[in-house]
Amino acid sequence: MTEKITVALAGNPNVGKTSIFNAITGSKQHVGNWPGVTVERKMGKRKHKDIEMQIVDLPGTYSLTAYSLDEIIARDFIIEEKPDIVVQVIDATNLERNLYLTTQLMELGTKLIIALNMTDLALAKGDSIEVQKMQEFLEVPVISTIGSRGGGIEDLLDSITEEIHRTRTNENVFVYDGEIEKSADELGNVLADDPYYSHYPSRWFSMKLLEGDENIIKKAKESGNYPQIRKILQRTDADSFEAKIADQRYKTIQTMLRQVCNINTDHLSGSDMVDRVVTNKYLGIPIFLSLMWAAFEVTFTFATPFMNIIDIFFGWLAETASDVITISWLASLVGDGMIAGVGSVLIFLPNILLLFFMISLMEDSGYMSRAAFIMDKVMSKIGLHGKSFIPLIMGFGCNVPAIMATRTIEDSRDRLITILIAPFVSCGARLPVYVLLAGAFFGRDAGIVIFGLYALGIFVALISAKLMRSTIVKGEDTPFIMELPSYKIPTLKGSILHMWERGKIYLKKAGGIILIGVVGIWLLASIPAPGSGGTFASEEIYGTTDSMIGFIGQIIEPLVAPLGFDWKIAVALMFGVVAKEIVVGSMGVLYGVGDNEDSLTEILAAGAMTPLAGLGLMVFTLLYVPCFACIGVIKRETGSWKWTVFQLLYGTGLAWIFAFVLYQVGSRIGLFA
Amino acid sequence: MKEKTLNFIEPETSVKVLKVTGQKSSRKRILDMGLTPGTRVEVIRRAPLGDPVEFKLKGYNLSLRKKEAETVLVEIIE
Ligand SMILES: Nc1nc2c(ncn2[C@@H]2O[C@H](COP(=O)(O)OP(=O)(O)O)[C@@H](O)[C@H]2O)c(=O)[nH]1
Ligand SMILES: [Mg+2]
Repeated sequence: MTEKITVALAGNPNVGKTSIFNAITGSKQHVGNWPGVTVERKMGKRKHKDIEMQIVDLPGTYSLTAYSLDEIIARDFIIEEKPDIVVQVIDATNLERNLYLTTQLMELGTKLIIALNMTDLALAKGDSIEVQKMQEFLEVPVISTIGSRGGGIEDLLDSITEEIHRTRTNENVFVYDGEIEKSADELGNVLADDPYYSHYPSRWFSMKLLEGDENIIKKAKESGNYPQIRKILQRTDADSFEAKIADQRYKTIQTMLRQVCNINTDHLSGSDMVDRVVTNKYLGIPIFLSLMWAAFEVTFTFATPFMNIIDIFFGWLAETASDVITISWLASLVGDGMIAGVGSVLIFLPNILLLFFMISLMEDSGYMSRAAFIMDKVMSKIGLHGKSFIPLIMGFGCNVPAIMATRTIEDSRDRLITILIAPFVSCGARLPVYVLLAGAFFGRDAGIVIFGLYALGIFVALISAKLMRSTIVKGEDTPFIMELPSYKIPTLKGSILHMWERGKIYLKKAGGIILIGVVGIWLLASIPAPGSGGTFASEEIYGTTDSMIGFIGQIIEPLVAPLGFDWKIAVALMFGVVAKEIVVGSMGVLYGVGDNEDSLTEILAAGAMTPLAGLGLMVFTLLYVPCFACIGVIKRETGSWKWTVFQLLYGTGLAWIFAFVLYQVGSRIGLFA
Repeated sequence: MKEKTLNFIEPETSVKVLKVTGQKSSRKRILDMGLTPGTRVEVIRRAPLGDPVEFKLKGYNLSLRKKEAETVLVEIIE
């Protein structure tokens, strides 16, 4: 019989957990979300010596205090789901801080194995670590590994299979001074009296109470004997205990380290040397901007040919389908609806894959933290973290991968705000709309107008962030306490895997919403308007006054009339939700010039629309509902329809207000008349 | 004896932590990251725009905004 066990990989961020996870599970892995939150969960399987292991890659944590969402998830998984074994991955070049988490994992009383990772780097640095002695001191198995090359993985698996049947009691490797231990004992006795606590490791629970952990105190308040607990806690000075406990954990670690290793401290590391340049006062920003530019170019320029191929291929497929299918409505549904829909899902894939490849390189190499370090001052002005900068910048190429890139932001509120403001960063798909309209109405000044639109987008994003921070996503700025990990050489395999995961998630989770949206618009454009007498899905009515969408356009015309728009613009804007560049094509059809942009320019310039309304239309296009793909990823990344709908209403509301003020004030003062 | 808060320390200076004050949650995190009383901390550099600040302690590099650094009471070594 094969035995089934769960193995959790825990550890600080950037220590190589995912590398070890990949080395163990190979391709048998599954990426999803933790229930109820949008923090990534990676699970995988591996069979070793007749034991079937379910491996979970926990989010990186520095301690088991409920400080960030990541830490709560990791801690709750260990406490509530009780994995059979926890493997803590430790960075051998950074033992002291890594072992701090070990002290807490031991208090939890779970079965623990230590994977001493990055031993290659420790060796290169000139450190020597006596693994055997460390093992004796900690009373848990310690296995040397090199995660990026899969070194030591077999040993680790062997150790897991051995350890699973062994019982150890090592909760008391870390002892505190008399006063703390005495209070912990007293608490322990009280806890033992109430079955409510039987679920929690008693020593750990007592220590957390003494440290004043708010989350744990809340749990204790629910029990009958909380008054007794409060009495003990009142006697202690929580603030000094908190510092003392942390201090004594570090002291014990130092005592151990003196015995088990010899750390070379004089060594000026390669990382420090790189940082002298990369975060240099004068060079830091130019280097950052050059790297951003390079990442942007790779993502959006390299993707263009692939996107063209996808575009041409689906165009061809749609045409072929309508030729082959003789029933005309079916031909239109398949061609204009479904195939076009699938095409508009896939068209973003090259961008997403390339951007995540670049992001993975930046994260794995350790540059991402430097970028946050360099840009934090700017972002903190609007209440955000330095890490919000890169996703927002990428938004200039395409908002879809930009929103997905907010995953790198740990704090959930910072992330939410970044997602909500990202659509205001003017993406590449809006440019054709500006070029056409600005060209038609403003001729030589088109450049300034377009520049102004980009600036307006940034302005709206920044103001919105500040506004949301002080209203709906309230809360103090998250403290900025960020490690700058030493630089590592990223592995191609790791980055490709990461990029592939992102692509899969996008297709699975956002693809459906996009497809439904595109087919929905097709339906509106194909269903005949009430009383028009047109035929369903015939070419004659598609998107015209005789179709449902035209009908709706005429109904809502009074809504957009104060902005200087007529029903045709309303319809073009509805089509624009499929993809913003479609606004132009739809206008061509509605103004009866087909796909010919030059004739559209002429008609517009000849007075089909005033320049003021044209400017208003550009502003509206910038701010209103983002495209379906964007809506799909907002839903996926916020995990909430409420926030998704909020973004749509907020953006459209702003678009309306800006265009309204522009048109009303502009026409009174005779702007561009 | 020169007690100062960490935000006022110039780069390339070493200090010893005396106490961490401030809000509960950030204080806990700062302690967890190893800025416990007695720890030696070296100020490495300020970010190009002046904030945050990078430190070295316990063999690794940490950055704090000045606002967080202000909650760490230190004394200069030597
Ligand atoms: N030299 C070296 N690099 C490693 C080792 N393990 C992981 N890395 C690299 O360290 C970086 C962070 O690894 P990752 O697995 O993403 O860490 P996680 O944040 O803990 O999941 C990546 O660039 C890895 O290639 C190792 O044992 N030796
Ligand atoms: Mg990872």
